[in-house]
Amino acid sequence: MLAFLFRRILIAIPTIILISIFVFALQKLLPGDPLLVLAGEERDPDVLEFLREKYRLNDPLPVQYLAWVGNALQGDLGISLRSNQPVTELMAQKLPVTIQLAVMSMIFALVIGIPAGILSAVKKGTTTDYVANVVALSGLSIPNFWLGIMLILLVSVKWQLLPASGYVPLSEDFGQSIRTMLMPSFVLGTALAATLMRHTRSSMLGVLNADYVRTARAKGLAERVVVLKHAFRNALTPIVTLTALLFGELIAGAVLTEQIFTIPGFGKLVVDAVFNRDYAVVQGIVLVTAVGFIVMNLIADMMYFVLNPRLREQH
Amino acid sequence: MRHLKTAMLSALLGATALTAQPGYAKDLRIALQSDADVLDPDQSRTFVGRIVYASMCDKLVDITPELEIIPQLATAWETTDDGTKVRMSLREGVVFHDGTPFNAEAVAANIERSQTLDESRRKSELKSITGTEVTGEYEITLTLAGADATLMAQLADRAGMMISPTAAAEAGADFGLNPVCSGAFKFEERVAQDKIVLSKFDDYWNADVIHFDSVTFLPIPDTTVRLANLQSGDIDMLERLAATDLTQANADDSIVVQSAVSLGYQGITFNINNGARGDNPWGNDKRLRQALSHAIDREALNQVVFDGAFAAGNQSFPPPSPWYNTDLPVQGADMEKAKALLAEAGYADGIELEVQVPNSTEPLAVMQVVQAMAAQAGIDIKLTSKEFATLLADQSAGDYTASQIGWSGRVDPDGNNHQFVTTNGGINDSKFSNPKIDELMNAARVGATTEARKALYDEAMVIMLDELPRLFLYHVNWIWAHSDNLKGFTPYPDGMIRLENVTWEE
Repeated sequence: MLAFLFRRILIAIPTIILISIFVFALQKLLPGDPLLVLAGEERDPDVLEFLREKYRLNDPLPVQYLAWVGNALQGDLGISLRSNQPVTELMAQKLPVTIQLAVMSMIFALVIGIPAGILSAVKKGTTTDYVANVVALSGLSIPNFWLGIMLILLVSVKWQLLPASGYVPLSEDFGQSIRTMLMPSFVLGTALAATLMRHTRSSMLGVLNADYVRTARAKGLAERVVVLKHAFRNALTPIVTLTALLFGELIAGAVLTEQIFTIPGFGKLVVDAVFNRDYAVVQGIVLVTAVGFIVMNLIADMMYFVLNPRLREQH
Repeated sequence: MRHLKTAMLSALLGATALTAQPGYAKDLRIALQSDADVLDPDQSRTFVGRIVYASMCDKLVDITPELEIIPQLATAWETTDDGTKVRMSLREGVVFHDGTPFNAEAVAANIERSQTLDESRRKSELKSITGTEVTGEYEITLTLAGADATLMAQLADRAGMMISPTAAAEAGADFGLNPVCSGAFKFEERVAQDKIVLSKFDDYWNADVIHFDSVTFLPIPDTTVRLANLQSGDIDMLERLAATDLTQANADDSIVVQSAVSLGYQGITFNINNGARGDNPWGNDKRLRQALSHAIDREALNQVVFDGAFAAGNQSFPPPSPWYNTDLPVQGADMEKAKALLAEAGYADGIELEVQVPNSTEPLAVMQVVQAMAAQAGIDIKLTSKEFATLLADQSAGDYTASQIGWSGRVDPDGNNHQFVTTNGGINDSKFSNPKIDELMNAARVGATTEARKALYDEAMVIMLDELPRLFLYHVNWIWAHSDNLKGFTPYPDGMIRLENVTWEE
């Protein structure tokens, strides 16, 4: 297992390097000169030239890239062109926010998606199944921003139950922090729940027809035990993979959700940075997100070992 | 049991509903349309940044809603007859947030920093100052290269904001991470894209008119969400309410809406002579530009796109401005005239015009309406939507025929004109050149009296509206919405939020 882990990490390194080159090149291909915006409405030529020098924008691209990598290896991701704050500091501020949003959304997704999937597989062809499917399809098709704004108008403006938007750190006020995050994580979670539900359902349907499930039923085990202990456990492997991959979708969804609910997280940071051509910030975020994604996949691989004893023996 | 549950649930809901209500708003919460950039008056560029400064950084002088210059940190000023020296008396007993005393030395240090800091965006605004001389503890004399009628207006904005020389010397270009000024509120903390928190400065010279313990600025870009936050009581005030949300806001009894016509303009800038693409029918023949102008019904445009909440305009100043040339009022559409001009220019069968537009909702909606109006005259407008940074780069490089773009506006009329239309103007992206305009603009810049300057701008406006390097369409209205508990807020045409004498009454 350790050898496997080691091999996986080795493979991850070139991936990260490729991603960083890709993002670096892509950004510079974007049309438009960030400094024209940065120099202010008057666009003083001296200021423009000074800023180009300061941020090394006059150097050839490979030189710029190597300089960035050199600093990044020492933990310095540069400073934001817009606010002058160090990128690492910005990310340290944002990371806990997005992690909280991701975790709470995942809880919503799992708590709604998996039971709904099991239920509709077990009750295949019944009204319950159809209702669950329709709900899941709506979850997939309703745009985040629409659901978000509707919730704000209903829950915050009309009923005044939850704060309309914003963010309160967990450490500052635990209750308020959870309350502020409820709506955004629900919005983000429902979209993921729909995907999870569909996959749980098909995975369960496959397993429920397997011989050993029939045997278990023949042994006279309670339906509950058959479904949850025997069938679900085996249906779980593809769901774990999916959950890890959903992490990517979660980050993508967070971009929109954070924008609507004005949550100062990674998603909002990256969107604003792209629009402001804040190169250093975009590069930093993509690097960290890529690493995060790879780590999530590693964790998913590890989970297989836990869930499937056969894999443990092979490695 | 069930009763108990219901009771507990309603108690819980009641409790949460209570906490969602705003308490005594000793902390004023203001929502901004976007996040400010670096909080250093010498380096910053954003409009929202200036709103934060209005509470944090005092300036040498301020303006009235009627754009007159009034004292703030400078109590009096006089200019010598030839206009090359300005002597200023400064307010006594003022300290910066770090305790550094405010005096003539501090003013000299501030001007020097604005002029010499490499990152400074204020250099062009203070270009006319060639020297400062401390002529007393609270008196400073500025030497100018030549008479400059625009200087006091510059000092009423970021170029005139006074920052602590001690803090500035220590932090250098990083001053913006922890700004230290002398305004009513001092900087507490900033979480990018989340909030900027200021707290009341106890030693503020004008503390009697300040009635809040702290101010929190929250960037909330989505207009609907901004309004929802106000309606739910999560914020107390917001700036730039969308014109389309006016009906909803007005219908809410607990919300007060106020507005002021801005100092800036929105319009279409033509490429007259900027590079190879300047050589096109639209750049070469002013009759085409005039035809387009006659084809547009500006009042209808304002009604259709903004529900009439903005101001139709045809000059670089909005109609209520004291600088507006009242002999040239906004005209309705005149299709016959437009067609006649097109025919005269040799395009009786119509002509195409490519206009680049920033890719956001409002500019696109505006240009689609203009497109429909122009089509009636036979002008076929093709819209090319571009992300703003790209649009600006192409415009600056001359890679465009026409561009829908605006200007946020300046207190002094010079700021809305000189740099755009004089031959060597810094942002003359049209590369428009007209000796008479150069002469008038340069004369207006040094003009001694307001009346004399007004006459020069009036004369220039006649030429500018005939040549039309910039075709003006409308003027944005700043629209604020706030809780009806907030009293005493005065709208200013510069769009700032001044908290002097603003109170909170439950």
